[in-house]
Amino acid sequence: MIEALAFYMFAAVTVASGVLVISARNPVHSVLFLILAFFNSAGLFVLLGAEFLAMILVVVYVGAVAVLFMFVVMMLDINFVEMRQGFLQYLPIGGVIGLILLVELAVVVGGWQLGPAISAAGVAATPDVAQVTNTQALGQLLYTHYIYLFQAAGMVLLVAMVGAIVLTHRKRTGVKKQVIADQLARRAEESVKLVKVDTGKGI
Amino acid sequence: MPMAQVPSLIPAAPELFMAVMIMAMLMFGVFQKSASAGDEVRTARYVSHLSVAVLALTVLIAVAFSGGRVLVFNELFVTDDFAVFTKVLVLLASAVTILMAQSFLERHKMARFEYPILIAFASLGMMMMISANNLMSLYLGLELQSLSLYVIASFQRDDSRSTEAGLKYFVLGALASGMLLYGSSLIYGFTGTTDFAAITAAVAGDGTHGPGLGVIFGIVFILAGLAFKVSAVPFHMWTPDVYEGAPTPVTAFFAIAPKIAALALFMRVMVGPFGGLLAEWQQIVIFISMASMLLGAFAALNQTNIKRLMAYSSIGHVGYALIGIAAGSKAGIQGVLIYLTIYLAMNLGTFACILCMRRGDQMVEQISDLAGLGKTHKMLALALTIFMFSMAGIPPLAGFIGKLYIFMPAIDAGLYSLAVVGVLASVVSAVYYLRIIKIMYFDDVADSLDRPVEKTIGWVLTLSGLFVVIMTFYPGPILDSAKLAAAALFAG
Repeated sequence: MIEALAFYMFAAVTVASGVLVISARNPVHSVLFLILAFFNSAGLFVLLGAEFLAMILVVVYVGAVAVLFMFVVMMLDINFVEMRQGFLQYLPIGGVIGLILLVELAVVVGGWQLGPAISAAGVAATPDVAQVTNTQALGQLLYTHYIYLFQAAGMVLLVAMVGAIVLTHRKRTGVKKQVIADQLARRAEESVKLVKVDTGKGI
Repeated sequence: MPMAQVPSLIPAAPELFMAVMIMAMLMFGVFQKSASAGDEVRTARYVSHLSVAVLALTVLIAVAFSGGRVLVFNELFVTDDFAVFTKVLVLLASAVTILMAQSFLERHKMARFEYPILIAFASLGMMMMISANNLMSLYLGLELQSLSLYVIASFQRDDSRSTEAGLKYFVLGALASGMLLYGSSLIYGFTGTTDFAAITAAVAGDGTHGPGLGVIFGIVFILAGLAFKVSAVPFHMWTPDVYEGAPTPVTAFFAIAPKIAALALFMRVMVGPFGGLLAEWQQIVIFISMASMLLGAFAALNQTNIKRLMAYSSIGHVGYALIGIAAGSKAGIQGVLIYLTIYLAMNLGTFACILCMRRGDQMVEQISDLAGLGKTHKMLALALTIFMFSMAGIPPLAGFIGKLYIFMPAIDAGLYSLAVVGVLASVVSAVYYLRIIKIMYFDDVADSLDRPVEKTIGWVLTLSGLFVVIMTFYPGPILDSAKLAAAALFAG
């Protein structure tokens, strides 16, 4: 009972904030509604027993992607009124694409419902949630079974980093950098000169 | 909760050693003082010598721990005699090209310590490709190698041709990776696994009906991706531009190590998991082999730039090597391995000669710049003559032995048309190899090239020249180890 209540609450808020994302006039509000949608989908994942996915959704999407969106929206001067003008013109093609996606979704779910073999295969692939937590199962795959691939992917990323630095980093001349050691080592004798000034004459 | 066993890592020792040492060298290079240009050159020199030492040690480790077929990391990684043989070739090529590059880099004000490190990264990727036993480890090794190569191609970043070469290579390489991945996904979809042994079992099926159409499609896409990496026709278009645009030592590296690694991968994939489908992929390999040989022979005839010429020549050589793969037999694979060994020596020597082509500290790349070399640089001309005769396949030089061991298995396998096309193409390609010799000895002396030849390059020329000459008379060790390696590939 409580589960159903929680589900309907999360689902309703997700759908509502999804609609508000595309209909809000202020793009900053859109991004905020997007974050709300992410949080509620995370709640839905928790209800499904996919707690790792829920956490990743919050950490990665809210923590990184949405903040990035926010930056882009605030930094770029995009004229959103102008962007909205073609809305009706693109509505038919957008509708067709939406319809295709809906049909495909129906086919997938229909296949799942009608073919018992397919759903059985799907269930067999996942370790039992009661035995192993999501995080543990993923960790076993990633850090035990596929440790070689994990490390190899790390090497690929390291090469990407080295490559980016090699190809773009240039040493600039005339940059004044703060060297704290130099600042601390400075003595009054090196930088202050005492001059005896005669009265009324100036320097 | 059972504790996971720590697997025995000894079979992967060469890769692990190299990965750790690369990171150590990277740290060493980053934390060296770099206040002036002189400091940077010194750091680059240190790291370059260090990396040659690391590559040499890796060869020793690879040879020391060889013996038998061992799987590690949940069967993602395999090491056998075949892997050891090709790894030694790749590591030798990388080490020698790093040695040859140093003075070029210093002259062109691009001596930075990242160069040997990126080459070492690429070699690590190649070793992982060679030892792949799963479509996933294959792809990651290939990407590690390719990504390093893209960066090295545009290493001379202030030169527009070098950056163009890097960008072109990157865009087309990404396309090839995409095709390879698509093929892998089809294979995974239709066999339900990415493990090579399991794919072998899956495509063999129960014998009642042939392999599914999806598997064939997957093989075709994987072949296309691999053909790009070995620059076989019709996926060769990037080769001349990249070879011409990249700095010369980089071209030398590109022409040798990645080709050997990619051909090794080609053999591993085609003979391993898809060995049972020889009849399905043989016609494709025959086609790309013939097309590569013919294009390599005819397109090189009109070239004036020696680096472009070497690009077409390497396309042709890949065509010959593919004949051995098309034969699909143990003797064929042995032939490819012998061919690759000889190809390594010939190309190292030829690129050492090209690196000597300077006039007043400027690199010259036209074939006509070689005019009169026979009078001004007698030894250099002699060495280049040996390499050109060997590439043309004229006995008694090593190139002839290589071609011999490629054509014999093709005839045994009944691929007569392929052998005939190969012989005809090598006759045509002899024209442009001999033209270089003619220009060196019989054309009027133009401005002389710089003297003297550097010591490192002199050593490379001497050793590879000696190998090319002596190989024919003492082919025993290489023939035997190539035979062992080929047998190991079929054992799995």
